Amino acid sequence: MDLKFLDFEQPIAELEAKITELRNVEFDNSINISDAIKQLEDRSRSLTETIFAELSDWQISQLSRHPGRPYTLDYIGLMMTDFHELHGDRAYADDPAIICGLARLDDQPVVIIGHQKGRDTKEKIYRNFGMPRPEGYRKALRIMKMAERFQLPIICLIDTPGAYPGIGAEERGQSEAIARNLFEMAKLKTQIICTVIGEGGSGGALAIGVGDRLIMMEYSTYSVISPEGCASILWKSAEKSQLAAEAMGITSDRIREQGFLDEVVREPLGGGHRDFVTTAKNLKETLLRHLAELKQQSLDDLLASRYQRIMNFGVFTE
Amino acid sequence: MSWLEKLRPSFIKTDTATKRTTVPEGLWSKCPNCSAILYNSELEKNYSVCPKCDHHMRISARMRIDMFLDENNREEIGKTIKPLDPLKFRDIKKYKERLVVAQKQTKENDALVVMKGRLKGQDIVVAAFDFSFMGGSMGSVVGERFVRGINKSLELGVPFIVFTASGGARMQESLFSLFQMAKTSAALTKLSEAGIPYISYMTDPTMGGVSASLAMLGDINVAEPNALIGFAGPRVIEQTVREKLPEGFQRSEFLQEHGAIDMIIDRRLMRDKIADILAILMASKAPGAIPAETAEPADDAAFAA
Repeated sequence: MDLKFLDFEQPIAELEAKITELRNVEFDNSINISDAIKQLEDRSRSLTETIFAELSDWQISQLSRHPGRPYTLDYIGLMMTDFHELHGDRAYADDPAIICGLARLDDQPVVIIGHQKGRDTKEKIYRNFGMPRPEGYRKALRIMKMAERFQLPIICLIDTPGAYPGIGAEERGQSEAIARNLFEMAKLKTQIICTVIGEGGSGGALAIGVGDRLIMMEYSTYSVISPEGCASILWKSAEKSQLAAEAMGITSDRIREQGFLDEVVREPLGGGHRDFVTTAKNLKETLLRHLAELKQQSLDDLLASRYQRIMNFGVFTE
Repeated sequence: MSWLEKLRPSFIKTDTATKRTTVPEGLWSKCPNCSAILYNSELEKNYSVCPKCDHHMRISARMRIDMFLDENNREEIGKTIKPLDPLKFRDIKKYKERLVVAQKQTKENDALVVMKGRLKGQDIVVAAFDFSFMGGSMGSVVGERFVRGINKSLELGVPFIVFTASGGARMQESLFSLFQMAKTSAALTKLSEAGIPYISYMTDPTMGGVSASLAMLGDINVAEPNALIGFAGPRVIEQTVREKLPEGFQRSEFLQEHGAIDMIIDRRLMRDKIADILAILMASKAPGAIPAETAEPADDAAFAA
C-alpha cells in the first residue's frame, strides 16, 4: 500500500522502503530473513510512535488533508449498511461535493450527510476538491428536512477546505445557502451528530455542522480560515502557515481545550489512512454511544439543550 | 518647478505648503468615488451620500444609528460586554493590542452597537456594525450583543433591524468567531417563531461569515446602492477561477438581479421606507394600535429624490 508519506514522516518512509525491499529479497530467494524484517518493523513502529507523539499543529493540519485519509464514502462503506444515495437540490443541480443518503448504522436507520473529496485527479475535479456550491448545501437541507419528517437521526461528516469561492456559487447565493442551513439546523426536530473527519474549513464546514454533538477525529482540524489564508492576511505571507495554525488552535486537542467538543475519536498509530477499518470502527462505536444518549431525551429537551449549547458559544467579559 | 515659478520674481512667490495648512481640517471631504470635494456639513446633511454621484460612504455604527432612530427614547443594549482574548492570539501584533488600537480609534468596545429606540414612533431594536473596528469582524462580543438585541426584541415584541458592514468572522478568535455564525442564526429562529419582523440592511461591505449567517436571513433583505456583498472576496474568487470577474460582480444591483435581496434602498430614504415596511408587517400584530406614523418632521422629505 502506498502510504504517501508526508515530509515529517521521511525517516519512517525510509525504514518502510527497506522493509519492502527485504521482503522482496525473501520472496525471490526463499531465504529466511523474517527476523531482520521483524526487527525493522519494530523500529518503524517505535519511530512512528516517537514522531506522532510530538506532532506540531501544522503537521496535524497536513495529516487532516492527507490524500489517503478515509473520506465520507469510505466511512459509509465501513460503518453503515443499506446505503441509498440521494441526489440533487430539486432546483438547480446535484453537487457531488456533498453526499446525502439513507442508511443503517448498526440496524438503526439514519440520514447521512458528508463532504466528499476525490482520490484521483479525475474524481477530485468531479468532487470539486470537497468544496460545495450552494446546491450542495441546499441538497443537504432538503434531506435534513426529510429526516425531520421521518424522525431519522442525522449523521454529518465534515471534510472540506471550505465552500467553493466561484462566480456561479456567488450568483446562486452561497452566503444564503450556508446561512439557511445554520438557521434550520438550530431548530431541526431530530438528533444531529456532527463529526469532523478531516478538514473543517470555516463556514463551508459549519453549514453541515450545527447539532447536538460535535466530535472530531484525532488528526482532523477545524478553523475559521485555513492556516494559509490566515497567514496571508495577518502575516502578509502564506509561508507563515505554521504560525497561523498554532495561533488559531485548530487541532482536536486544542479545540477540546476550548470547550467545543464532546469527544475526540482516537486514530490508529500513524493516522487514519494507515488503517481504515480500525478508524471507522472507532468512529462507529462513538456515534452509537452518542446516538443512544440523545435518543433518551425528549424532542423538547433535545432542542432546548441544542439551543443553549449554541448560545454558550463565545468568550467575553461583562 | 514649473516654468511659471521660474519666471516669477522670488519676492512674489507664495508658499503653497503653508497656505494649505491654513485651511481648517475636517471641513472638506473628497468623495472616494467621483473625487468631488464636498463640504462636510453639506455631506452630513445628505446622510454621508455624495450629492454629486450618490456614492454611499461608509459610516460608523453610531452615526448610522443616529441617522436612523428618532432622537428620543434611546437605550443601548449590551454596552458592558467587552472582548477577551481566549486564544492568546498573536500574529505580527497581539490581538489584545489590536483591540486597544481599535477601541481608541473608534471609541467603541467592539464592532457592533445595539440600541433600543424608535423609528417614526414605532419601537424597534437596531444593531449596527462598525467597519472601522477591525473591519467590522464578528467575534464573541458581536455575537453576544446581537443575541441580546434579539432577546430585547422578543421581550418587547418589536422588530429587529441590523445594518451590516463587515469583512466576516474575526480570525483572532478562530472557532469562537466561526460559531458566532451559528449563534446569531439560531437566535434569529426565535424571532421567526414569534412572528417578529427581522430586516437585514446590508451596507458596504458585507462579506464572509457575516454575509453567510445573519445578513442573509432577513424576512426582508435590503442593501444600500453599490455595496459589496458576498461570501468569498473578489480577489480569492479571481485567484480560484483564474478569470476576470464580471462588471458589477457582488454589488447590490447584481444581488438583486440574482434574487438574493428584496430591494435596494437609498440611505436618504431608509427611515421612510423601513418605517413603512415595518408598519405593514406589524399591522396584524396590534390591530388599530399603531397607525402609520404621520407626524414626522420634514427632515426626511427633503431627500426624496
